[in-house]
Amino acid sequence: MNQARAGTITAEAVEHHAARGFWRTYVFSTDHKMIAKQYLTLGLAWTFVGGLLAAVMRWQLAWPDTAVPGWGEIGPEVYNMLVTMHGTIMVFFVAMPILLGAFGNFLIPLMIGTRDMAFPRLNMLSVWTFALASLVLFVSFFVPGGAASAGWTGYPPLSARPAYTGVNWGLNLWILAQALEFAAFLMGGVNYLTTAIILRAPGMTFLRVPMVVWQQITAAALFLLSVGPLIAGAVMLLLDRTIGTSFYAPEVGGDPLLWQHLFWFFGHPEVYVVLLPALGAVLEVLPVFSRKPLFGYRWIVGATIVAGGLSFIVWAHHMFISGMDPRLAMPFSITTILISVPFAYIVFAMIATLWRGSIRFATPMLFALGFLAMFIMGGLTGIFNGSAPSDIYVSRTYFVVAHFHYTLFSAVFFGGFAGFYFWFPKMFGRILSEPLGKLHFWLTLVFFNVTFFPLHHIGLAGMVRRIANPLQYEALVPYQWINVVSTVGTFCMVATQLVFALNVVWSLVAGRRAPTNPWEANTLEWAAPSPPPHLNWGPALPTVYCGPYEYSLPEAREDYLPQNLDPARAR
Amino acid sequence: MSTSVEAPAIPGMPAGKVGVWWFLASEIMMFGGLIASYMVFRLGSSGWHEASAHVSVALGAVNTLILLTSSLTVVQAFAAAERENAPALRLFLGLTILGGLGFLGIKAIEYTTEIRAGFTPGAGIFWSFYYTMTGLHALHVLAGIVLNAILFLAARVRTPRRVELAGLYWHFVDVVWIFLFPLLYLS
Repeated sequence: MNQARAGTITAEAVEHHAARGFWRTYVFSTDHKMIAKQYLTLGLAWTFVGGLLAAVMRWQLAWPDTAVPGWGEIGPEVYNMLVTMHGTIMVFFVAMPILLGAFGNFLIPLMIGTRDMAFPRLNMLSVWTFALASLVLFVSFFVPGGAASAGWTGYPPLSARPAYTGVNWGLNLWILAQALEFAAFLMGGVNYLTTAIILRAPGMTFLRVPMVVWQQITAAALFLLSVGPLIAGAVMLLLDRTIGTSFYAPEVGGDPLLWQHLFWFFGHPEVYVVLLPALGAVLEVLPVFSRKPLFGYRWIVGATIVAGGLSFIVWAHHMFISGMDPRLAMPFSITTILISVPFAYIVFAMIATLWRGSIRFATPMLFALGFLAMFIMGGLTGIFNGSAPSDIYVSRTYFVVAHFHYTLFSAVFFGGFAGFYFWFPKMFGRILSEPLGKLHFWLTLVFFNVTFFPLHHIGLAGMVRRIANPLQYEALVPYQWINVVSTVGTFCMVATQLVFALNVVWSLVAGRRAPTNPWEANTLEWAAPSPPPHLNWGPALPTVYCGPYEYSLPEAREDYLPQNLDPARAR
Repeated sequence: MSTSVEAPAIPGMPAGKVGVWWFLASEIMMFGGLIASYMVFRLGSSGWHEASAHVSVALGAVNTLILLTSSLTVVQAFAAAERENAPALRLFLGLTILGGLGFLGIKAIEYTTEIRAGFTPGAGIFWSFYYTMTGLHALHVLAGIVLNAILFLAARVRTPRRVELAGLYWHFVDVVWIFLFPLLYLS
């Protein structure tokens, strides 16, 4: 790769690299684009599992203790497993591989104009470690006792002794799968940061780097710096479970709260690890389809870094009712409210980007706008959770469930789909169907709100999380219709994704071939062929002359100015 | 709109070094999480002195000396690599590996004596922390030994830069021990 890194390779070398066998091309590939597709495939497969678990869970909540079609009856133990594995899968095995693994790997080298990651073999090790983590997690469903059921946050004492949940091997494998997943994304993160720092094309200064790359590397840095304490905590948990240490056992000097501190010290930055890449995708889509420069590029970069820094000192807002020292509530409330400042800036910058633009309502843009609207809703309910006095009332209710689905679901699905529809032509060289894409968007938007909006109400009415049968509680019986509405919404939303699946399969088989730059965008990936060949560029690397969002310039001939276009030829 | 072509690459910063530093940052956070947990627990409750009186300060001090010396030899290995002096490079890599093995040997003796005396990982919160922290550190020493052994045995991969990066990791492992020794043995 040394030759390739130097940038100037011969045309024969490019062709030589392109002619490899099946295994080197599709399975043991060091090509960042193939690794991105491998992450995408694994993530989409897990989406299916995570969605299935959610649907079964919602059935149980709407019609408790009736047999789920094709599954059978669900007791409280299985319900606990469903909640645990749904959360674990969606955060660690769907959001991260798709938003970081797939988008990060595909976009970073293309957008900064290099041929591959800084450490291509480490990149392959990363995706294979993730595949191993996937295998371990999948196997955990089938071991005696079933999969983990101590909640996706794995709080001790529930998780610290096998006797408490009745799950021994399932939970040990859960810890192992998490550890492998962390290792995979640590390798990925080191690669992203090094690549973006070292391998930018000539002319690609830091303030010409596209926004999604900034968001990806900030997310990678947050992950690298926050996951360590949780790894330490997971080691302690595993040792507590297996060799009898007493970190989380209060009767011999341990403290279960230690886990909550270590988990959320990681957990809050992790929220941004998932959010930032999605935010980045939306920030790429908005200027392209508004035909306007991104509003406040430098300030968004600054706001992202400030939000990332602040995310390390907000973690105890997840623990207001945990029994920690109540004097901590005030400082953590203040830092939490403070973190809404940079994010509010980013949201206003997005709206200002749209202001008086020539908006093109293509599918990626619809999903980006959907993200914006839904994320604002989630951000507003976040204020109730972030300040201790109101959080003490709503904590651990379905209000919180609604809040984080409005933020995380909008990030992973609306942001993810915006990016997917936007970069699909570049990734696979085919055009997706616009009518099907629009249908997919509108149905997803409607059923997303049918599913999650009512949960605010039932949460305020007093329904707490992780109860298997709401009808056991007399106070909740009058609100049971809300659970039914939400469940029907879930099923419709899952069914809607068939439109997406149909669209993708149809396009891959019989879609129109994508031109090099179908959206008339500026960033470098649109200068490479669709799909880009191995090593991305021909004999010479592209040279960058301007920033990524030069749209509708009065002095330019076209209403866009690709970053690699010599300005002398643009007039 | 400014249109200029500036070279973005940062001179004198090879990719391997940037990568290793980011990796070490995440390692620091992992040991940092452990050490912070230990300090919060230790400051927040009593009864630690009796437990920590049973570790051998003498053996811990000898081990500290061995690790610090091996940090010296790993620097000399890098210097030898830069001078392209292969015999000296192999000598100092070998001494570093021996230092690491010696450290692990003494650690094994300590573990054996302690477990024989009934101080197992389940014997209380101090011993939980003691075995987890020193055990995790010992695994890192082992990883460092493997790295240096690869450089020692495979002349093909032995470049000055790789010797330097392996040395960077070895120094990190030493620095962790510099924190663990006073926290677990002396306080």
